[in-house]
Amino acid sequence: MNNNANGFAQGARAALRDANLQNALANLKKGFQVKRAHAFEMLHDPDGLRDAGAAIRANALAQLPELLELFERNVKSAGGHVHWASDAREARELIAALLKERGVKTVTKGKSMVAEEIELNPHLEAEGITPVETDLGEYIIQLRNEPPSHIVAPAFHLRKEDVEASFREAHVTLEPSRVLKERAALVGEARGILRRQFLAADAGITGANFLIAESGTAVIVTNEGNGDLTRLLPPVHIVVTGIEKVVPNLDDASVLLRLLTRSATGQDITSYVTFASGPRRGNDADGPKEFHIVLIDNGRSDLLGGPAHDVLKCIRCGACLNHCPVYGAVGGHAYGAVYSGPIGAALEPALNGISNTHHLPSASSFCGRCEEVCPVKIPLTGIMRHWRNKAYEDGLTPSGLRWGLKIWGRLALAPRLYRLTAAVGARTMALLARGGMTLSSLPMARGWFGYRDLPIPPRKSFQAQWRAGKR
Amino acid sequence: MSRIRVALFATCLVDNFRPQAGFAAARLLEKAGCEVFVPCQTCCGQPAYNGGNEKTAIAIARNVISQFGDYDFVVAPSASCAGMLRHHYPKLFEKDTKWAERAQKLAAKTHELFSFLVNIRGLKTLATRCDRRAVYHDSCSSLREVKCAREARILLSAVEGLDVVDIPEAEICCGFGGLFSVKYPEISTHLADDKIANTNATGADLLIGPDLGCLIHLAGRLSRMGKKMEVRHAAEVLAGMMDEPALGQDRQ
Repeated sequence: MNNNANGFAQGARAALRDANLQNALANLKKGFQVKRAHAFEMLHDPDGLRDAGAAIRANALAQLPELLELFERNVKSAGGHVHWASDAREARELIAALLKERGVKTVTKGKSMVAEEIELNPHLEAEGITPVETDLGEYIIQLRNEPPSHIVAPAFHLRKEDVEASFREAHVTLEPSRVLKERAALVGEARGILRRQFLAADAGITGANFLIAESGTAVIVTNEGNGDLTRLLPPVHIVVTGIEKVVPNLDDASVLLRLLTRSATGQDITSYVTFASGPRRGNDADGPKEFHIVLIDNGRSDLLGGPAHDVLKCIRCGACLNHCPVYGAVGGHAYGAVYSGPIGAALEPALNGISNTHHLPSASSFCGRCEEVCPVKIPLTGIMRHWRNKAYEDGLTPSGLRWGLKIWGRLALAPRLYRLTAAVGARTMALLARGGMTLSSLPMARGWFGYRDLPIPPRKSFQAQWRAGKR
Repeated sequence: MSRIRVALFATCLVDNFRPQAGFAAARLLEKAGCEVFVPCQTCCGQPAYNGGNEKTAIAIARNVISQFGDYDFVVAPSASCAGMLRHHYPKLFEKDTKWAERAQKLAAKTHELFSFLVNIRGLKTLATRCDRRAVYHDSCSSLREVKCAREARILLSAVEGLDVVDIPEAEICCGFGGLFSVKYPEISTHLADDKIANTNATGADLLIGPDLGCLIHLAGRLSRMGKKMEVRHAAEVLAGMMDEPALGQDRQ
């Protein structure tokens, strides 16, 4: 099980002490943030485009059942197959069965967060099928047996020295004295290894960035072309994705595509954008013989119409991670979940239950940058607040905080008692500070005093002084 | 013509930790031709609202609406608390039509201090002087929720002798975030240290801002690190009320 979100606080502390990780995270500001800002500055009406994206996603979700049926009809009429999976287990078993029925031994994979969500690779391995990740970042972390640390850049947390070490350990047939210092050398080596895998694979699995209902098309966005080699070379192509990815038509997908690449990597468009509509037709020069789409619900339909509905608008660009100060401080692994950052905080409680994930929506200062950059304007802090309410109702809020809030709430509702308590508190703090103007510790308040002093409050509050006539 | 009646929502932090900022806000409001009232108040309810305890937040919001509903305007020297009244109170009563209307009315007449002075009262001159270089810390609420970054700078530029500089990476959170600062203190402090490094890079020795929460957090961290920096609410500078010692500092 990939879920260790209840260990967030410990994971975060370890991440803050990890110098290599901190160096990698510093690149968020210089890289992703700058590139996205530039890409949006070049647009005539960036906010208008985001409004259009939000409207397209809202409209698609409003007619989700109809769109899915239309999509299924169009995939079938193009000669493809559609499979429905209500949860992660059903999905991975269904995919494994499809592969086993066809005698598949090796399957290449394009990058897919849904495949991570359903823990597809461990299941395939247990069934005797070898999955080979072909996105460079995914390939690296597969060698290292690590989960992705970012939804767009899965090996974002690693240095090139780490990659070199992993390659030397894994690629034992290559000359040990080869030089692997430069990025180009690392990419070249991975390309050579993966080329053989592309040609040898019995099937290819990809995700989908969008599904287009009117044509039964799965859209794949990549920069490495690995998605196309995964999709085209083997006889079987399986697309695994969430039910929320469907939009009515090509025009809608085009608007979302403009938003996706700019928000994710600051590109006007990625190197490859592939529209896969069915298997190879009679006169086609290439393409898979079989085309399968596995549509996964896994908790999504429960969100429709509820307080977390808007999280289904997400197009997985990663902009909220790239601009989140908390993600920027601790990186993706600390979250202990497949989806990290603000989108993880809004989505994971829906997928895995609030009792397993309550830290994620809690670990936000609500600074609002995620909402400011979200290409489809998801009210991320509002959804996190909804999960905080749920955590409080379910008694998951840490007891110190819970009691603190309770006592404080009583006082805030009783002004006279509040003023008395505040005055007593101010006097006590003044006494403890022994004539100084700051306090460096108080019992039961390590959260503050472990790291900061507290300016002591004056003896008389503003209200007390105002009512005494001071101006 | 009678002067407009403004209820000052001092905020619990100003009320208890920094009365000086409350008096500064009152003086600025009077300078802008307002009659200032200070209705009985505790807190806007944000700790409960963001802590998952919506019931308490609703009860507190009802108290605030009852105490503040009858004035011409409600003004808070805090983007965070003004944002709570303006943007979040109406959400708390979405299913309660009677209170929803009252919440919306209050929201419509609630303003953050600087945006009220500039946009509603057209205040242009301050007749104050401060021969200092000050670094201005935009709180997240002041940038992205209430949006009063421009108004604060308009007012600060009217202070004679004051040189105001921005913090590099001003758009990044200082790590306060209310209860976030004690729930995840290591992350909160990590962000404070980044903010302090960027603040120090400006060479200014006076740190001012629109929200006392960030300022208490940063002053507390600066004090723990043994760093000298004068931290004040920006209203104190605007009102020419810098005679009191800065946050956490001794009387000279």
